[in-house]
Amino acid sequence: MSGEVRHEWPLFEVFVRAKRGLNHVHVGSLRAADHEMAVHHARDLYTRRNEGVSIWVVRSDDVVASGPDEKDAFFAPSGDKVYRHPTYYAIPDSVPHI
Amino acid sequence: MSGEQAFTATIEKDQRIEPRDWMPDGYRATMIRQIAQHAHSEIIGMQPEGAWITRAPSLRRKAILLAKVQDEAGHGLYLYSAAETLGADRGDLTRRLIEGRQKYSSIFNYPTLTFADVGVIGWLVDGAAICNQVPLCRSSYGPYARAMIRICKEESFHQRQGYELLMTMMRGTEAQREMVQDAVNRWWWPSLMMFGPPDGDSPNTARSMAWKIKRHTNDELRQRFVDMSVPQADALGVRLPDDDLRWNADRGHYDFGAIDWSELKRVIAGDGPMNAERIAHRRRADEDGAWVREAAAAHAAKTREVRA
Repeated sequence: MSGEVRHEWPLFEVFVRAKRGLNHVHVGSLRAADHEMAVHHARDLYTRRNEGVSIWVVRSDDVVASGPDEKDAFFAPSGDKVYRHPTYYAIPDSVPHI
Repeated sequence: MSGEQAFTATIEKDQRIEPRDWMPDGYRATMIRQIAQHAHSEIIGMQPEGAWITRAPSLRRKAILLAKVQDEAGHGLYLYSAAETLGADRGDLTRRLIEGRQKYSSIFNYPTLTFADVGVIGWLVDGAAICNQVPLCRSSYGPYARAMIRICKEESFHQRQGYELLMTMMRGTEAQREMVQDAVNRWWWPSLMMFGPPDGDSPNTARSMAWKIKRHTNDELRQRFVDMSVPQADALGVRLPDDDLRWNADRGHYDFGAIDWSELKRVIAGDGPMNAERIAHRRRADEDGAWVREAAAAHAAKTREVRA
C-alpha cells in the first residue's frame, strides 16, 4: 500500500440531546466517510450509556464561528447595557411578586 | 490586551484555554504530545485485555470485557478529537505511533499471562490511571479537561469490574488465589511506574504545573495511589510485593520501597516484553483496515456525485 494517496475521512462535530426537553449540546468530534456513518459512529462513541435520545452531526468545515481575537469588540454592544438586566431596577422589598 | 496577556490572565484566573485562543507554541506542542500519548495509550491498551475476550470464562465476563475494551477505543477517540482541536491530524498521529515517533504508556508493554491479569489491570492499572486522570479533569485546556471528565466516569466501571473479578477468584480454589497473587506480584511495580519518573528527574513538571496542565507532581499522585491500594489489597486478601511497605504515622502515609527506574527506562526505550508486538499489531490493524476506509470514502464520493 503506497502512502501517497490518503483517504482521510472528514471531521464532523457531534451534538447530543441528553433527554427530551433539553437542547442538543456539543460533545466532541469524530471522523466519518459521510453523514450517515457519522451518526452511527456518534451513537457508538458518545452514547454508550444512555447519554442521548437524539444526535446531530455537522461537517466541521461548515461551522462558522466568531473569532477569539475580536472577542472584546464583538461582544462589546452588550457590555454597557446594564438596564437589560432585572437587577438594574430598584424595587422596594415591600412590593410582592416582582 | 495581547494574546499572551490574555493567555496568562486566563490561566491565572483558573479558567480554560479554548481551541481558537492564542497560546504559546510550547503550550500547544506540550498539549498535543500529552493528549496524543494518552490517546495512543488507550488504543494500545485495548490489546492486553482484548486478548482475553475469547477466553473469558463465562458469557457475563466476555460481555463485560468487550464493553471495557470498547470503552478504551472510545477514550482513544475522545482524546484524538481533543488533539485535533489543536491542529493535529488523527491520521498523522496514528502514523507517528506506528513509526515509533510518539509514545504510549509503558504499562501496556507487559504481557497478560492469565485471566487474573484482567482483574489486576482493572484494579491496579485502571486505579492508577484514575489517580492520574481525576486531576486532569481540571486541566487548563478545555477540550482535554472535558474529555477527561467523560473518561473518568467510565473508568470507575473498569476498576470495579476488575476488583469484583478478583474477589470472585479469591473465593475460588487455592490455584485461583495463587493466580491472583502472581498477577499482583507482576503488576504492582509497573503500576507505580505509571506515574512517571520521580519529581527530581521530571524536567517538564514545573512548566506543566505553571500552565496548570498538571495539577499534582508524579510523586504526590504515586503516594496517593499507594495509600489507596493498601487497604484494598487487605480487603482482597493479597500481599503487595514490597517488604518496605508500612504505615508511617509521622507522615500520615505509607512508606514504600525503592522503584527500579532502570526498568522503566528500558521499557520506554523499547526493550519491554511486548513493545514490538504491540506496535506490529497496531500497524497490522491500520494496514488491514485501509481498504475499508478507502472503500467508504469512495462510496461517499460517489453518493455525493449521484445526488448532485
